[in-house]
Amino acid sequence: MRQARFELQHGATWEALRGLLERLERGVGDGPVEAAELPGLYRAVCGHYSLALERHYSRGLTEQLHQLVQRGHRLLYARRSGGLRRLADVLVRGFPVTLRRHARWFWLATALFYLPALAAGVWTYHSPDAVYSLLDPASVAELEQAYDPANRVAGRPPGRDAATDFSMFGFYIWNNVAIDFRTFATGIFFGIGTVVILLYNGVVIGGVAGHITAIGHVETFWPFVSGHAPFELTAVAVSGTAGLLLGLALLAPGNLPRRQALVAAAREAAVLIGGAVVLSIGAALIEAFWSSSAAPATVKYAVSAALWVLLALYLVGSGRGRRASR
Amino acid sequence: MAVDTLVEVETPEGIGLQLRAAGPVARAYAWVIDFAIRLVVMFLVLIPIGWLGELGVGIVLLVYFGLEWLYPLLFEALRGATPGKRALGLAVVHENGTPVGWTAATVRNLLRAADFFPVGYGVGLLWCLFHPRHQRLGDLAAGTLVVYREPASERVAMPRRAPRPLPVPLGDAEQQALLGFAERSQALAPERARELAELLRPLHHAEGDAAVEALLGYANQVAGR
Repeated sequence: MRQARFELQHGATWEALRGLLERLERGVGDGPVEAAELPGLYRAVCGHYSLALERHYSRGLTEQLHQLVQRGHRLLYARRSGGLRRLADVLVRGFPVTLRRHARWFWLATALFYLPALAAGVWTYHSPDAVYSLLDPASVAELEQAYDPANRVAGRPPGRDAATDFSMFGFYIWNNVAIDFRTFATGIFFGIGTVVILLYNGVVIGGVAGHITAIGHVETFWPFVSGHAPFELTAVAVSGTAGLLLGLALLAPGNLPRRQALVAAAREAAVLIGGAVVLSIGAALIEAFWSSSAAPATVKYAVSAALWVLLALYLVGSGRGRRASR
Repeated sequence: MAVDTLVEVETPEGIGLQLRAAGPVARAYAWVIDFAIRLVVMFLVLIPIGWLGELGVGIVLLVYFGLEWLYPLLFEALRGATPGKRALGLAVVHENGTPVGWTAATVRNLLRAADFFPVGYGVGLLWCLFHPRHQRLGDLAAGTLVVYREPASERVAMPRRAPRPLPVPLGDAEQQALLGFAERSQALAPERARELAELLRPLHHAEGDAAVEALLGYANQVAGR
């Protein structure tokens, strides 16, 4: 068949598809009734495009048909995002379920963080100058001063008010969530980056904790950190899990080619990092607005214990049962 | 060896969609534009901050965090491209040609931290440069491509002439070349059209505008008008 006859025969179909695409792309039109015409029209034009290519019709015609096909494909196969409701569902149910699915790597990430932390803490507790191998003297002095009981007036650190709390909140968000992101992202280097960050953070945090305890600032330091510790430390472990998943996909892809294994692992890891971000934000809120408040130490420890229990219940229990998600 | 940047995606209907992957230079320019936009926003936020003291510090840090991590994510998931990419005619799509979704946009943007190694997106740029489809590490993990948007173009109709029978039988590719010449003849400069038409002198034995007319006649014959 010649091109002119082909265009005469099918031109009306192409015009119909073009009009339908324009209306659907702009979001006007009759909604489902009109949208139901799309698959049939789209498939017909796909067939015409194939024929046009096969019969070597002119480039002008084939490119025009290609554009129609491309727009139709975009509309027909675009994934519909579930909106905020789905986001809430992912956080409440999807995140714990995904975490439990990769529980081994969660425990590995936890171990990579806590074991060096414990070791460093014991080390700095027993040797007074050990902390200077981890941090420079200026930072150590700053930390010692921040937790010095002599600096507190009526239980509140000097000069701290609501505005300072907010600025600290901003700082914690900017600093801690970024660390979580980097822990995750560097997992693509075969997991090495994640491991390094977990070890490094564990050693520094543990070392500082040991040193502050050794010099005696216990009643200021431990109540302060107890509030946000459950969320913050768990967020670090979860980000580490996400990073380890990426590295594992490259190191041990199983039956899949490495690329596909990576994409599949990244989908799971994205859910985990979303949960980690929420935990980190919670930790930042607690650290900024609660941890430095004037409540007595017993209250703070009680709150901390309660938060640990709640977090454990959420991670272990949410998403099970009749309404368990995928 | 294929040297173009066309990525062919097979659709469920068996059609080969052609996407044109964008290279590191275009993406670098887009990044520079985005960086400038972020700088301007940061500057505008910093101006009134002086009056707000500590509260301002918190706001500045939050804004900085949002600009660094959330700005590309929100634009890509909601509109398919950041303003910088849009300025260069780029869009982010899944490997099957569909617009990028939230999960993929999250993964590819968080992995910027890895692409940034060791400094200035070194790993990302190099990987993008050498990868056949110009994907950086974030694109690989998310299964996305950065492609040029196809601009919606109007079809230019072939000029109508009386069909002239072909002196010799021509193959499919040659007939397609005639049709292509006819469709583009109006966009070409007249001297150029004459020059091209005279290349086929053995076919039509004419000169100048007569040669162009001859080819248009042949093209109308091939098209079957």
